[in-house]
Amino acid sequence: MDVNFQFDWSAAFGSIPYLLPGIPWTLLISFGGLAIGFFIGIFFGLLRISRLRWLRWPAIVYVEVFRGTPILVQVLFIFYGLPQLLGSPINALVAGIAAIAVNSGAYISEIVRGGVQSIERGQGEASLSLGLSRTQAFRYVIWPQAFRRMIPPLGNQGIISIKDTSLFSVIGVGELVRQGQIYIATTFTALEVYFMVALMYLAITWTLSIILRQLERRGLAGQ
Amino acid sequence: MSNTMNSATHPIVRMQKLNKHFGSLHVLNDIDLTIVPGEVVVIIGASGSGKSTLIRCINGLEEFQSGSLVVDSNELLPHGKSTKALQTIRTEVGMVFQQFNLFPHLSVIDNVTLAPMKVRGLSRDEAVSNAKRLLDRVGIADQADKYPSQLSGGQQQRVALARALAMEPRLMLFDEPTSALDPEMIGEVLDAMRELAKEGMTMVIVTHEMGFAREVADRVIFIHKGEITEEGHPEKLFDSPQHERTQSFLARVLKH
Repeated sequence: MDVNFQFDWSAAFGSIPYLLPGIPWTLLISFGGLAIGFFIGIFFGLLRISRLRWLRWPAIVYVEVFRGTPILVQVLFIFYGLPQLLGSPINALVAGIAAIAVNSGAYISEIVRGGVQSIERGQGEASLSLGLSRTQAFRYVIWPQAFRRMIPPLGNQGIISIKDTSLFSVIGVGELVRQGQIYIATTFTALEVYFMVALMYLAITWTLSIILRQLERRGLAGQ
Repeated sequence: MSNTMNSATHPIVRMQKLNKHFGSLHVLNDIDLTIVPGEVVVIIGASGSGKSTLIRCINGLEEFQSGSLVVDSNELLPHGKSTKALQTIRTEVGMVFQQFNLFPHLSVIDNVTLAPMKVRGLSRDEAVSNAKRLLDRVGIADQADKYPSQLSGGQQQRVALARALAMEPRLMLFDEPTSALDPEMIGEVLDAMRELAKEGMTMVIVTHEMGFAREVADRVIFIHKGEITEEGHPEKLFDSPQHERTQSFLARVLKH
Protein backbone atom coordinates (compact mmCIF):
# COMPACT_ATOMS: atom_id res chain seq x y z
CA MET A 1 0.00 0.00 0.00
CA ASP A 2 1.21 3.44 -0.83
CA VAL A 3 1.34 5.11 2.54
CA ASN A 4 2.69 8.27 1.01
CA PHE A 5 -0.43 8.77 -1.03
CA GLN A 6 -1.26 12.48 -1.13
CA PHE A 7 -4.59 14.11 -1.83
CA ASP A 8 -3.97 15.83 -5.14
CA TRP A 9 -5.71 19.20 -4.96
CA SER A 10 -4.94 20.05 -8.56
CA ALA A 11 -6.67 16.85 -9.65
CA ALA A 12 -9.64 17.76 -7.47
CA PHE A 13 -9.95 21.29 -8.83
CA GLY A 14 -9.15 20.07 -12.34
CA SER A 15 -12.27 17.86 -12.27
CA ILE A 16 -14.61 20.77 -11.61
CA PRO A 17 -15.20 21.77 -15.26
CA TYR A 18 -16.09 18.16 -16.04
CA LEU A 19 -18.41 17.79 -13.06
CA LEU A 20 -20.29 21.09 -13.35
CA PRO A 21 -22.35 19.97 -16.38
CA GLY A 22 -23.78 17.26 -14.13
CA ILE A 23 -25.33 19.78 -11.74
CA PRO A 24 -28.14 20.95 -14.03
CA TRP A 25 -29.07 17.31 -14.67
CA THR A 26 -29.09 16.52 -10.97
CA LEU A 27 -31.23 19.59 -10.30
CA LEU A 28 -33.54 18.90 -13.21
CA ILE A 29 -34.18 15.30 -12.16
CA SER A 30 -34.56 16.22 -8.46
CA PHE A 31 -36.80 19.22 -8.75
CA GLY A 32 -38.71 17.97 -11.79
CA GLY A 33 -39.41 14.72 -9.96
CA LEU A 34 -40.20 16.45 -6.68
CA ALA A 35 -42.62 18.90 -8.32
CA ILE A 36 -44.58 16.00 -9.80
CA GLY A 37 -44.15 14.00 -6.60
CA PHE A 38 -45.64 16.89 -4.63
CA PHE A 39 -48.88 16.67 -6.59
CA ILE A 40 -48.89 12.89 -6.44
CA GLY A 41 -48.36 13.19 -2.70
CA ILE A 42 -51.19 15.66 -2.19
CA PHE A 43 -53.48 13.49 -4.30
CA PHE A 44 -52.81 10.21 -2.50
CA GLY A 45 -52.38 11.88 0.89
CA LEU A 46 -55.87 13.33 0.65
CA LEU A 47 -57.31 10.06 -0.65
CA ARG A 48 -55.72 8.36 2.33
CA ILE A 49 -57.71 10.47 4.80
CA SER A 50 -60.96 10.30 2.87
CA ARG A 51 -64.02 9.21 4.79
CA LEU A 52 -64.71 6.70 2.01
CA ARG A 53 -62.96 3.38 2.39
CA TRP A 54 -62.81 2.67 -1.36
CA LEU A 55 -60.88 5.91 -1.86
CA ARG A 56 -58.48 5.11 0.97
CA TRP A 57 -57.27 1.73 -0.18
CA PRO A 58 -55.70 2.78 -3.53
CA ALA A 59 -53.70 5.31 -1.55
CA ILE A 60 -52.57 2.67 0.92
CA VAL A 61 -51.52 0.35 -1.91
CA TYR A 62 -49.63 3.16 -3.67
CA VAL A 63 -47.68 4.11 -0.57
CA GLU A 64 -46.86 0.52 0.37
CA VAL A 65 -45.63 -0.32 -3.15
CA PHE A 66 -43.43 2.73 -3.75
CA ARG A 67 -42.20 3.15 -0.20
CA GLY A 68 -41.61 -0.56 0.17
CA THR A 69 -39.39 -1.09 -2.89
CA PRO A 70 -35.90 0.37 -3.48
CA ILE A 71 -35.73 3.43 -5.71
CA LEU A 72 -32.90 1.76 -7.65
CA VAL A 73 -35.23 -1.10 -8.57
CA GLN A 74 -37.92 1.42 -9.47
CA VAL A 75 -35.71 3.32 -11.89
CA LEU A 76 -34.37 0.10 -13.44
CA PHE A 77 -37.93 -1.10 -13.87
CA ILE A 78 -38.96 2.14 -15.54
CA PHE A 79 -35.91 2.46 -17.78
CA TYR A 80 -35.35 -1.20 -18.78
CA GLY A 81 -38.63 -2.86 -17.89
CA LEU A 82 -41.35 -0.52 -19.08
CA PRO A 83 -39.98 -0.20 -22.68
CA GLN A 84 -40.59 -3.94 -23.12
CA LEU A 85 -44.20 -3.29 -22.20
CA LEU A 86 -44.54 -0.12 -24.27
CA GLY A 87 -42.51 -1.27 -27.24
CA SER A 88 -40.45 1.92 -27.32
CA PRO A 89 -37.46 3.08 -25.29
CA ILE A 90 -37.78 5.61 -22.52
CA ASN A 91 -35.46 8.58 -22.31
CA ALA A 92 -33.11 8.27 -19.31
CA LEU A 93 -33.95 11.75 -18.08
CA VAL A 94 -37.66 11.00 -18.21
CA ALA A 95 -37.09 7.70 -16.40
CA GLY A 96 -35.12 9.48 -13.67
CA ILE A 97 -37.74 12.18 -13.16
CA ALA A 98 -40.49 9.55 -13.12
CA ALA A 99 -38.65 7.48 -10.52
CA ILE A 100 -38.18 10.48 -8.21
CA ALA A 101 -41.80 11.47 -8.77
CA VAL A 102 -43.38 8.14 -7.88
CA ASN A 103 -40.96 7.50 -5.03
CA SER A 104 -41.11 10.91 -3.37
CA GLY A 105 -44.86 10.94 -4.06
CA ALA A 106 -45.29 7.97 -1.75
CA TYR A 107 -43.39 9.64 1.09
CA ILE A 108 -45.01 13.02 0.49
CA SER A 109 -48.48 11.48 0.66
CA GLU A 110 -47.60 10.28 4.15
CA ILE A 111 -46.33 13.78 5.00
CA VAL A 112 -49.60 15.28 3.74
CA ARG A 113 -51.66 12.77 5.68
CA GLY A 114 -49.67 13.38 8.86
CA GLY A 115 -49.82 17.15 8.44
CA VAL A 116 -53.59 17.24 7.96
CA GLN A 117 -54.25 14.77 10.75
CA SER A 118 -52.06 16.76 13.13
CA ILE A 119 -54.49 19.71 13.05
CA GLU A 120 -56.63 19.71 16.16
CA ARG A 121 -60.17 18.44 15.76
CA GLY A 122 -61.48 21.69 17.22
CA GLN A 123 -60.30 23.64 14.16
CA GLY A 124 -62.63 21.71 11.89
CA GLU A 125 -65.45 21.87 14.43
CA ALA A 126 -65.11 25.63 14.82
CA SER A 127 -65.18 26.04 11.03
CA LEU A 128 -68.26 23.88 10.61
CA SER A 129 -70.00 25.61 13.52
CA LEU A 130 -69.55 28.90 11.63
CA GLY A 131 -71.40 27.47 8.65
CA LEU A 132 -68.37 26.77 6.44
CA SER A 133 -68.75 23.69 4.26
CA ARG A 134 -66.31 20.80 4.69
CA THR A 135 -64.48 21.93 1.56
CA GLN A 136 -64.23 25.53 2.79
CA ALA A 137 -63.10 24.39 6.22
CA PHE A 138 -60.35 22.37 4.59
CA ARG A 139 -59.28 25.08 2.17
CA TYR A 140 -59.27 28.08 4.50
CA VAL A 141 -58.56 26.55 7.92
CA ILE A 142 -57.10 23.04 7.86
CA TRP A 143 -54.83 23.09 4.81
CA PRO A 144 -52.97 26.38 5.49
CA GLN A 145 -52.10 25.17 8.97
CA ALA A 146 -51.24 21.65 7.82
CA PHE A 147 -49.02 22.99 5.05
CA ARG A 148 -46.92 24.97 7.52
CA ARG A 149 -46.34 21.85 9.54
CA MET A 150 -45.43 19.98 6.36
CA ILE A 151 -42.56 22.30 5.38
CA PRO A 152 -39.84 20.65 7.54
CA PRO A 153 -40.62 17.05 6.50
CA LEU A 154 -41.04 18.18 2.87
CA GLY A 155 -37.59 19.76 3.02
CA ASN A 156 -36.24 16.54 4.42
CA GLN A 157 -37.79 14.58 1.55
CA GLY A 158 -36.38 17.08 -0.95
CA ILE A 159 -32.86 16.49 0.35
CA ILE A 160 -33.31 12.72 0.30
CA SER A 161 -34.58 12.83 -3.29
CA ILE A 162 -31.67 14.99 -4.44
CA LYS A 163 -29.28 12.38 -3.08
CA ASP A 164 -31.33 9.55 -4.57
CA THR A 165 -30.64 10.92 -8.06
CA SER A 166 -27.02 9.78 -7.63
CA LEU A 167 -28.28 6.21 -8.17
CA PHE A 168 -29.44 7.14 -11.64
CA SER A 169 -25.86 7.01 -12.91
CA VAL A 170 -26.78 3.36 -13.58
CA ILE A 171 -29.14 4.33 -16.39
CA GLY A 172 -26.54 6.58 -17.94
CA VAL A 173 -28.16 9.94 -17.30
CA GLY A 174 -25.39 12.56 -17.11
CA GLU A 175 -25.95 13.70 -13.53
CA LEU A 176 -23.15 14.43 -11.04
CA VAL A 177 -22.05 10.88 -10.21
CA ARG A 178 -22.16 9.81 -13.84
CA GLN A 179 -20.00 12.80 -14.86
CA GLY A 180 -17.55 11.87 -12.12
CA GLN A 181 -17.38 8.25 -13.21
CA ILE A 182 -16.67 9.21 -16.82
CA TYR A 183 -13.90 11.55 -15.71
CA ILE A 184 -12.33 9.01 -13.35
CA ALA A 185 -12.29 6.42 -16.14
CA THR A 186 -9.59 8.46 -17.87
CA THR A 187 -7.74 10.02 -14.90
CA PHE A 188 -7.99 7.33 -12.16
CA THR A 189 -8.29 10.06 -9.53
CA ALA A 190 -11.24 8.52 -7.67
CA LEU A 191 -10.45 10.00 -4.27
CA GLU A 192 -10.28 13.59 -5.48
CA VAL A 193 -13.19 13.39 -7.89
CA TYR A 194 -15.65 11.68 -5.56
CA PHE A 195 -14.61 14.17 -2.90
CA MET A 196 -15.59 16.99 -5.26
CA VAL A 197 -18.79 15.20 -6.22
CA ALA A 198 -19.69 14.94 -2.54
CA LEU A 199 -18.95 18.66 -2.07
CA MET A 200 -21.27 19.53 -4.92
CA TYR A 201 -24.11 17.53 -3.43
CA LEU A 202 -23.43 19.23 -0.13
CA ALA A 203 -23.56 22.66 -1.80
CA ILE A 204 -26.97 21.84 -3.29
CA THR A 205 -28.50 20.33 -0.16
CA TRP A 206 -27.05 22.99 2.12
CA THR A 207 -28.50 25.75 -0.03
CA LEU A 208 -31.86 24.03 0.12
CA SER A 209 -31.59 23.76 3.92
CA ILE A 210 -30.96 27.48 4.21
CA ILE A 211 -33.93 28.32 1.99
CA LEU A 212 -36.13 25.99 4.03
CA ARG A 213 -35.05 27.54 7.30
CA GLN A 214 -36.06 30.94 5.93
CA LEU A 215 -39.41 29.58 4.80
CA GLU A 216 -40.06 28.01 8.18
CA ARG A 217 -39.17 31.19 9.98
CA ARG A 218 -41.49 33.21 7.77
CA GLY A 219 -44.24 30.63 8.13
CA LEU A 220 -44.05 30.64 11.90
CA ALA A 221 -43.88 34.40 12.19
CA GLY A 222 -47.61 34.60 11.58
CA GLN A 223 -48.53 32.46 14.58
CA MET B 1 -86.21 40.96 26.29
CA SER B 2 -85.17 37.65 27.72
CA ASN B 3 -87.76 35.97 29.78
CA THR B 4 -89.94 32.93 29.54
CA MET B 5 -93.10 34.95 29.02
CA ASN B 6 -92.88 34.59 25.26
CA SER B 7 -92.89 30.78 25.46
CA ALA B 8 -95.98 30.86 23.26
CA THR B 9 -93.74 31.83 20.32
CA HIS B 10 -92.31 29.23 18.00
CA PRO B 11 -89.52 27.34 19.78
CA ILE B 12 -86.03 27.71 18.32
CA VAL B 13 -84.99 24.26 19.55
CA ARG B 14 -87.34 21.33 19.95
CA MET B 15 -85.74 18.07 20.97
CA GLN B 16 -87.94 15.05 21.51
CA LYS B 17 -86.93 11.62 22.82
CA LEU B 18 -83.36 12.20 21.65
CA ASN B 19 -81.02 9.25 22.17
CA LYS B 20 -77.30 9.01 21.60
CA HIS B 21 -74.94 6.11 22.11
CA PHE B 22 -71.15 5.99 22.01
CA GLY B 23 -70.78 2.25 21.39
CA SER B 24 -72.38 0.60 24.38
CA LEU B 25 -72.48 3.85 26.35
CA HIS B 26 -75.89 5.50 26.44
CA VAL B 27 -74.82 9.16 26.47
CA LEU B 28 -78.19 10.83 26.01
CA ASN B 29 -81.35 9.08 27.12
CA ASP B 30 -84.76 10.23 25.85
CA ILE B 31 -83.95 13.93 26.12
CA ASP B 32 -86.88 16.32 25.72
CA LEU B 33 -85.87 19.95 25.50
CA THR B 34 -87.64 22.98 24.13
CA ILE B 35 -86.01 26.39 23.95
CA VAL B 36 -87.86 29.53 22.93
CA PRO B 37 -86.31 32.66 21.41
CA GLY B 38 -84.76 34.96 23.97
CA GLU B 39 -84.36 32.25 26.56
CA VAL B 40 -81.09 31.71 28.43
CA VAL B 41 -80.75 28.07 29.42
CA VAL B 42 -77.87 26.85 31.55
CA ILE B 43 -77.05 23.16 31.61
CA ILE B 44 -75.20 21.82 34.63
CA GLY B 45 -74.04 18.37 35.62
CA ALA B 46 -70.97 16.32 36.49
CA SER B 47 -68.31 15.78 33.82
CA GLY B 48 -69.32 12.89 31.60
CA SER B 49 -73.00 13.47 32.28
CA GLY B 50 -73.64 14.25 28.59
CA LYS B 51 -74.19 18.00 28.85
CA SER B 52 -71.58 18.94 26.22
CA THR B 53 -72.79 16.17 23.94
CA LEU B 54 -76.31 17.51 24.27
CA ILE B 55 -75.48 21.00 23.00
CA ARG B 56 -73.18 19.59 20.31
CA CYS B 57 -76.21 17.72 18.93
CA ILE B 58 -77.99 21.03 18.41
CA ASN B 59 -75.55 22.15 15.69
CA GLY B 60 -74.84 18.66 14.42
CA LEU B 61 -71.27 18.32 15.70
CA GLU B 62 -72.54 15.09 17.26
CA GLU B 63 -74.90 12.66 15.58
CA PHE B 64 -77.75 11.08 17.46
CA GLN B 65 -79.33 7.71 16.85
CA SER B 66 -83.02 8.28 17.48
CA GLY B 67 -85.54 10.94 18.37
CA SER B 68 -86.37 14.20 16.67
CA LEU B 69 -84.59 17.53 16.68
CA VAL B 70 -85.82 20.70 15.02
CA VAL B 71 -83.63 23.78 15.16
CA ASP B 72 -85.04 27.02 13.81
CA SER B 73 -87.56 25.12 11.65
CA ASN B 74 -84.86 22.86 10.18
CA GLU B 75 -85.11 19.20 11.04
CA LEU B 76 -81.95 17.31 11.89
CA LEU B 77 -82.20 13.60 11.16
CA PRO B 78 -80.64 10.75 13.14
CA HIS B 79 -77.24 9.42 12.01
CA GLY B 80 -76.26 12.79 10.52
CA LYS B 81 -78.36 12.23 7.40
CA SER B 82 -79.41 15.85 6.94
CA THR B 83 -76.56 17.66 5.24
CA LYS B 84 -78.66 20.48 3.77
CA ALA B 85 -80.50 21.29 7.01
CA LEU B 86 -77.23 20.96 8.88
CA GLN B 87 -75.58 23.64 6.78
CA THR B 88 -78.51 26.00 7.30
CA ILE B 89 -78.61 25.36 11.03
CA ARG B 90 -74.89 26.01 11.41
CA THR B 91 -75.18 29.40 9.77
CA GLU B 92 -77.94 30.31 12.27
CA VAL B 93 -76.40 28.77 15.39
CA GLY B 94 -73.14 30.09 16.82
CA MET B 95 -70.86 28.18 19.16
CA VAL B 96 -68.14 29.06 21.64
CA PHE B 97 -65.83 26.24 22.65
CA GLN B 98 -63.92 25.43 25.81
CA GLN B 99 -60.58 25.58 23.96
CA PHE B 100 -61.55 28.73 21.96
CA ASN B 101 -60.56 27.03 18.69
CA LEU B 102 -59.45 30.28 17.08
CA PHE B 103 -57.68 29.88 13.74
CA PRO B 104 -54.00 30.38 14.69
CA HIS B 105 -52.85 31.20 11.15
CA LEU B 106 -55.27 34.11 10.83
CA SER B 107 -55.21 37.49 12.53
CA VAL B 108 -58.00 38.38 14.92
CA ILE B 109 -59.83 40.39 12.26
CA ASP B 110 -59.48 37.57 9.71
CA ASN B 111 -60.79 35.07 12.26
CA VAL B 112 -63.92 37.17 12.60
CA THR B 113 -64.42 37.99 8.90
CA LEU B 114 -63.76 34.55 7.38
CA ALA B 115 -67.22 33.01 7.74
CA PRO B 116 -69.25 36.15 6.95
CA MET B 117 -67.26 36.54 3.71
CA LYS B 118 -67.22 32.89 2.65
CA VAL B 119 -70.64 31.82 3.89
CA ARG B 120 -72.75 34.98 3.86
CA GLY B 121 -70.96 36.46 0.87
CA LEU B 122 -70.19 39.79 2.52
CA SER B 123 -67.61 42.04 0.90
CA ARG B 124 -64.36 42.45 2.75
CA ASP B 125 -65.25 46.06 3.69
CA GLU B 126 -68.63 45.09 5.13
CA ALA B 127 -67.18 42.12 6.99
CA VAL B 128 -64.34 44.19 8.43
CA SER B 129 -66.58 46.99 9.64
CA ASN B 130 -68.96 44.47 11.27
CA ALA B 131 -66.01 42.67 12.83
CA LYS B 132 -64.60 45.89 14.26
CA ARG B 133 -67.95 46.76 15.79
CA LEU B 134 -68.16 43.29 17.39
CA LEU B 135 -64.57 43.39 18.63
CA ASP B 136 -65.30 46.76 20.14
CA ARG B 137 -68.36 45.33 21.81
CA VAL B 138 -66.34 42.57 23.50
CA GLY B 139 -63.63 45.08 24.41
CA ILE B 140 -60.75 44.04 22.16
CA ALA B 141 -60.97 46.45 19.23
CA ASP B 142 -57.30 47.37 19.69
CA GLN B 143 -56.15 43.76 19.14
CA ALA B 144 -57.63 43.33 15.66
CA ASP B 145 -54.33 42.89 13.83
CA LYS B 146 -52.73 40.54 16.33
CA TYR B 147 -52.65 36.78 16.06
CA PRO B 148 -54.50 34.57 18.55
CA SER B 149 -51.28 33.34 20.17
CA GLN B 150 -50.44 36.93 21.12
CA LEU B 151 -53.59 37.26 23.21
CA SER B 152 -54.47 36.09 26.70
CA GLY B 153 -56.96 33.27 27.15
CA GLY B 154 -59.71 35.68 28.14
CA GLN B 155 -59.07 37.83 25.08
CA GLN B 156 -59.01 34.77 22.83
CA GLN B 157 -62.36 33.62 24.13
CA ARG B 158 -63.84 37.06 23.54
CA VAL B 159 -62.54 36.95 19.96
CA ALA B 160 -64.18 33.54 19.63
CA LEU B 161 -67.42 35.10 20.83
CA ALA B 162 -67.12 37.96 18.33
CA ARG B 163 -66.32 35.44 15.58
CA ALA B 164 -69.53 33.50 16.32
CA LEU B 165 -71.61 36.68 16.59
CA ALA B 166 -70.33 37.91 13.22
CA MET B 167 -72.61 35.34 11.59
CA GLU B 168 -75.55 37.04 13.31
CA PRO B 169 -76.77 33.81 14.86
CA ARG B 170 -80.29 33.32 16.20
CA LEU B 171 -78.97 30.99 18.89
CA MET B 172 -75.63 30.79 20.70
CA LEU B 173 -74.21 27.62 22.22
CA PHE B 174 -71.50 27.81 24.89
CA ASP B 175 -69.57 24.66 25.71
CA GLU B 176 -67.83 25.35 29.03
CA PRO B 177 -66.56 28.73 27.80
CA THR B 178 -64.56 29.53 30.94
CA SER B 179 -63.24 26.10 31.91
CA ALA B 180 -59.89 26.55 30.17
CA LEU B 181 -59.29 30.05 31.54
CA ASP B 182 -57.11 31.26 34.37
CA PRO B 183 -59.34 32.41 37.24
CA GLU B 184 -58.59 36.10 36.74
CA MET B 185 -59.86 35.95 33.16
CA ILE B 186 -63.17 34.22 33.79
CA GLY B 187 -64.88 37.47 34.76
CA GLU B 188 -64.22 39.28 31.47
CA VAL B 189 -65.70 36.42 29.45
CA LEU B 190 -68.75 36.10 31.71
CA ASP B 191 -69.26 39.88 31.47
CA ALA B 192 -69.38 39.66 27.68
CA MET B 193 -71.86 36.79 27.89
CA ARG B 194 -73.96 38.67 30.42
CA GLU B 195 -74.17 41.63 28.00
CA LEU B 196 -75.26 39.31 25.24
CA ALA B 197 -78.00 37.80 27.42
CA LYS B 198 -79.22 41.29 28.30
CA GLU B 199 -79.52 42.12 24.62
CA GLY B 200 -81.93 39.24 24.24
CA MET B 201 -79.76 36.59 22.58
CA THR B 202 -81.05 33.04 22.91
CA MET B 203 -78.30 31.13 24.70
CA VAL B 204 -77.65 27.56 25.78
CA ILE B 205 -74.72 27.44 28.16
CA VAL B 206 -72.89 24.49 29.61
CA THR B 207 -70.92 25.77 32.59
CA HIS B 208 -69.66 25.12 36.09
CA GLU B 209 -70.05 28.79 37.05
CA MET B 210 -73.01 28.43 39.37
CA GLY B 211 -73.11 32.08 40.43
CA PHE B 212 -73.31 33.12 36.79
CA ALA B 213 -75.99 30.53 36.10
CA ARG B 214 -78.11 31.77 38.98
CA GLU B 215 -77.79 35.36 37.81
CA VAL B 216 -78.24 35.01 34.05
CA ALA B 217 -80.30 31.87 33.44
CA ASP B 218 -84.01 31.83 32.81
CA ARG B 219 -83.91 28.10 33.32
CA VAL B 220 -81.34 25.69 34.68
CA ILE B 221 -81.22 22.07 33.59
CA PHE B 222 -79.44 19.42 35.64
CA ILE B 223 -78.25 16.42 33.67
CA HIS B 224 -77.18 13.16 35.26
CA LYS B 225 -76.00 10.13 33.27
CA GLY B 226 -77.57 11.37 30.05
CA GLU B 227 -80.96 12.18 31.49
CA ILE B 228 -82.56 15.47 32.47
CA THR B 229 -83.01 14.87 36.17
CA GLU B 230 -84.41 18.22 37.09
CA GLU B 231 -85.01 21.64 35.58
CA GLY B 232 -86.45 24.92 36.65
CA HIS B 233 -85.93 28.54 37.49
CA PRO B 234 -82.42 29.02 38.91
CA GLU B 235 -83.58 30.14 42.33
CA LYS B 236 -85.86 27.17 42.65
CA LEU B 237 -83.29 24.69 41.40
CA PHE B 238 -80.37 26.05 43.40
CA ASP B 239 -82.25 26.82 46.63
CA SER B 240 -84.66 23.94 46.83
CA PRO B 241 -83.61 21.14 44.51
CA GLN B 242 -86.21 18.39 44.50
CA HIS B 243 -84.15 15.48 43.33
CA GLU B 244 -81.58 13.75 45.50
CA ARG B 245 -79.04 13.66 42.65
CA THR B 246 -79.36 17.40 42.17
CA GLN B 247 -78.95 18.00 45.88
CA SER B 248 -75.76 15.97 46.13
CA PHE B 249 -74.31 17.54 42.95
CA LEU B 250 -75.02 21.08 44.17
CA ALA B 251 -73.67 20.25 47.61
CA ARG B 252 -70.39 19.23 45.98
CA VAL B 253 -69.98 22.17 43.59
CA LEU B 254 -71.29 24.94 45.83
CA LYS B 255 -69.17 23.95 48.84
CA HIS B 256 -66.07 25.74 47.54
